[in-house]
Amino acid sequence: MSLQLWQSIPFAMILLPLGSAALTSVLPKRAARLWCAGVLALETLLSAFFFSKMLSFGQMYTYSMGHYPAPWGNELRAGPLEALVSLCFAVILLLSVLGGFRKLEMHVEGSKQNLYCALLMLLTCAMQAQLYTNDAFTAYVFVEILTLAAAGLITARSDGKGLLAGARYMVMNLVGSALFLLAVILLYDLTGHLLMSPMKKAVLALHETERYHAPMTMVIVLLVTGLSVKSALFPFHTWVPDAYGASTPITSAVLSSLLSKSYIFLLMKMMYRAIGMEVIAAARVDDILLLYGILGMIVGSVQAIAQKDLRRMIAWSSVAQIGYIYMGMGLGNEAGMAAALVQLLSHSAAKSMLFLAADGVADARGSSLLQRLRGAGYSTPVFGVVFTVGALSLVGAPLLGGFAAKACFALAAAERDGWRMLLVFAALAVSTLLNAVYFIGAVIQLYSKPDVAEGAKARTGVLSAVSVCALALVNLCLGVFASPLVQAIQSGLTLFG
Amino acid sequence: MDWHNYEEIAAMVLFGIGFALLVLDRNLIKKNIAFAMTDSGMYLYLAAKGYISGRAAPIITDGVTEAERYINPVPAGLVLTGIVVSVASSAVMLAITVRLYRKYHTLNLDEITRLARGEE
Repeated sequence: MSLQLWQSIPFAMILLPLGSAALTSVLPKRAARLWCAGVLALETLLSAFFFSKMLSFGQMYTYSMGHYPAPWGNELRAGPLEALVSLCFAVILLLSVLGGFRKLEMHVEGSKQNLYCALLMLLTCAMQAQLYTNDAFTAYVFVEILTLAAAGLITARSDGKGLLAGARYMVMNLVGSALFLLAVILLYDLTGHLLMSPMKKAVLALHETERYHAPMTMVIVLLVTGLSVKSALFPFHTWVPDAYGASTPITSAVLSSLLSKSYIFLLMKMMYRAIGMEVIAAARVDDILLLYGILGMIVGSVQAIAQKDLRRMIAWSSVAQIGYIYMGMGLGNEAGMAAALVQLLSHSAAKSMLFLAADGVADARGSSLLQRLRGAGYSTPVFGVVFTVGALSLVGAPLLGGFAAKACFALAAAERDGWRMLLVFAALAVSTLLNAVYFIGAVIQLYSKPDVAEGAKARTGVLSAVSVCALALVNLCLGVFASPLVQAIQSGLTLFG
Repeated sequence: MDWHNYEEIAAMVLFGIGFALLVLDRNLIKKNIAFAMTDSGMYLYLAAKGYISGRAAPIITDGVTEAERYINPVPAGLVLTGIVVSVASSAVMLAITVRLYRKYHTLNLDEITRLARGEE
């Protein structure tokens, strides 16, 4: 079957930001920013076009790099699910970057802003490559590129806190990468393949004959641990609050919404396509994911309630929301995985918006401490409203993305028997309550009567106002069009394996 | 006892030492060294697994074309790629270490955390 021209779009979406990273690193800062925004807009258009094409195409295809056939060459593999996630990533990346450009001037030295843009381009490239690659070692290389680009973004605001956050982030992520690489090497050793699809055949054959049972369990444990360290699942979340709470708004918005999601999507892909869910379930790893996901949901929310700083509160809430995703993956049925994907998308949209809005609100008072923010919602109406929308979405108010995700989790849990169903229902109830405590608390604080005389209205950049409103619209769309979204995800999942 | 796999065992011991230090040691330079050890352990493992004794690198010199006489070149290629990746990671990690040391005049991560908290 010969490929159509549009089927090269995934490759273009990887190559375009990679080339732009080299280019923006030598451009002057204004040109670099324009180029960066232009490339991100182009990526969004390409991925939207690709998604619409994939919907009518309706199947998987492989794109072999260098035209070497399957067991040897390196290939990209695209289906409707990848196209959907890629579109969401591109939209959120574009809007977060446009929304945060305003503060870049303040936080990053002028002579280094082009390098910041180059890092953003590398991040885009690595994310798209991780989404589409079908080769385990290529995935590892892009995991590392993503790690290093994110390290640069975290330390870009080069004060002591940013550097410390960067060091903590690097240590945890090097640990995660090492575990992931070891898993890939052992898989290659056991199966003789690097491409995921032939790898799965070999893994299933080993599973049926029960040969190499212990090494295979080890591989699964290493793979899951490595990628959950990198995506900040509870006990490995320690770097999150510093990294997201102290950096420039683009970094917080992009990393909190997309970085960990990118690793989670890779983990789902490896679980489905390289190992197979039945092997994962036989190793009982899904129950462990379920338990740690639920622990993360509770601990993250409790810690968020204890925070006095709005941005750190949102960062801790990320820990809780990542817990939801792992809970869905740990349910061990297709509906759970679909719910995890809905949560992945809705949380990405909500979290980037929350960070940008929190930053706008904090500017109105010159501080992001919650006690100083009393009544700040009145001084910046746009950011106040957008923050409220994001908070409601994560609490799970109907019509917004978060509600769809929570409904999917409940439905998926209802399919399971016994303790898993009860545990998930209880966890959903408790964590929704905890979410409401801190998010609604923050919203009330923003709209209480200010006890200080209201200062001059904060300057709201038009660009950032428009982009946060667009993000709010994305959230609304994810909620309103939840049923076609869930259908698209479910039909994509059946082709995913 | 069968000692065929001593290279792999050495590699995993190296990996274990490096990994434990990377997680447990508080000194940033030692963490850097530990990271280098961890990755070297993995590349040694990969290189050892990729070699079959008695076979040659896949370059045809005396007209021998049977695949059984040669080893698969891919593991060696992966090792090279991996080394490049860890050099880049080490460079970033060292750059952060240097800048933290210039700012706080200590390499102890706990000490730096204490000093950074004190700044607020």
